[in-house]
Amino acid sequence: MLEILDLHVWRGERHVLRGLALRLPEGQALQLLWPNGAGKTSLLRAVAGLLPLESGRILWQGEDVAADREAFSADLAFLGHELALKGDLTAAENLVYSVSLRQRIGRADVMAALDEVGLSRRADTPVRQMSAGQQRRVALARLGLWRARLWLLDEPAANLDPAGQRQVVAALERHLATGGCALISTHQPLALQPALTRLWQQPGEPA
Amino acid sequence: MTTRASPLYAARNILRRDLTLAFRRPGEWLQPVAFFFIVTLLFPLALDPELAHLRRLAPAALWVAALLSSVLAVDFLFREDGRDGTLEQFALSGQPFAWLLLAKTVAHWLLTGLPLTLATPFAALALGAPASSVPGVLAALLLGSISLSLLGAIGAGLTLGLRRGGALLSLLVLPLAVPTLIFGARATELAIQGEPATGPMYLLAALAALGVTLAPLAAAAAVRISLE
Repeated sequence: MLEILDLHVWRGERHVLRGLALRLPEGQALQLLWPNGAGKTSLLRAVAGLLPLESGRILWQGEDVAADREAFSADLAFLGHELALKGDLTAAENLVYSVSLRQRIGRADVMAALDEVGLSRRADTPVRQMSAGQQRRVALARLGLWRARLWLLDEPAANLDPAGQRQVVAALERHLATGGCALISTHQPLALQPALTRLWQQPGEPA
Repeated sequence: MTTRASPLYAARNILRRDLTLAFRRPGEWLQPVAFFFIVTLLFPLALDPELAHLRRLAPAALWVAALLSSVLAVDFLFREDGRDGTLEQFALSGQPFAWLLLAKTVAHWLLTGLPLTLATPFAALALGAPASSVPGVLAALLLGSISLSLLGAIGAGLTLGLRRGGALLSLLVLPLAVPTLIFGARATELAIQGEPATGPMYLLAALAALGVTLAPLAAAAAVRISLE
């Protein structure tokens, strides 16, 4: 379970998050539908540890994440605006190299993950030659391979066609079914089963 | 069940990835070596071609060219990985961040520092150094280029967030490289004169050891600030 208590974050001169609090239990996804500039990305980056907190606490499984950053990092997967894919490497190479930072991985795992997002026939295509949507799908395949318990997703369905969006939803539902949780920033609510998800419209309201 | 990657496994994969990428785009890392060659070969053209004069100037020419070429090279050490989100993923991998950046710096040294070192004997001979000085010149450049890559990593980390960091990078790194320049040029000078260069060589080695232990920590702190 992820818990955030009275979080304040500044971006330069702007006080972006003012006393934000939320609880995200296992098997649940919280979708942030805040308007542009309300701090969705800042919240995700602050939880990931990429932005410093002015004050407040972030608890993961009841423990303050500041106590052991590296253990918390190993439990989370962050998908930001930048996909961290190398255009000169093939889809399979990209997955091998980025997943191997965290865990041992073989080609068979990579091919299975690419198959799930419908890219098994393009495994050996350089990512540079893929469309923006296909690149997103490669990043989605990586998300599944990481086996992290907390997903932080920034606009996961951007650039995706309806089939790609269904793959995002399917990947999320698999993740939630195995006891994971997800914090998602999005403009279009993802069509997850209502029991699995909550929508958060405005940062001022309670989650 | 998945097995967590050891830091060594992660570092090895970073090394392999960076070398693979470099061999698909050789232009980027051949530039600094070519630059080094051209700068050193400009000296005989600009000076009077008397061998004794050239030989006296050879250490200075070699080291100033090596310094400039390594600053040129280090500009692309973190830039692309910073822009495309790879460094963010490094920071969030649960592995020691400084260690991963050290792996990147090692790959960078293999691609720029090592070719530079291997190019030096040719440049030194062109400047009139005797063939017997080649081992000494090689050793000095080998140790010096390690320090230069590591210092460059700190500068590259600090200027990562800037759109045009190139000029600032050289202003940051060149003063820090002064000790390496002094001992490196001195060692090279002694090697060319055929005298033992153990003293400055030890100091170069000490600088390199200091760099390996401390520079990754400083670079990691700098990159984290740039990622905010």
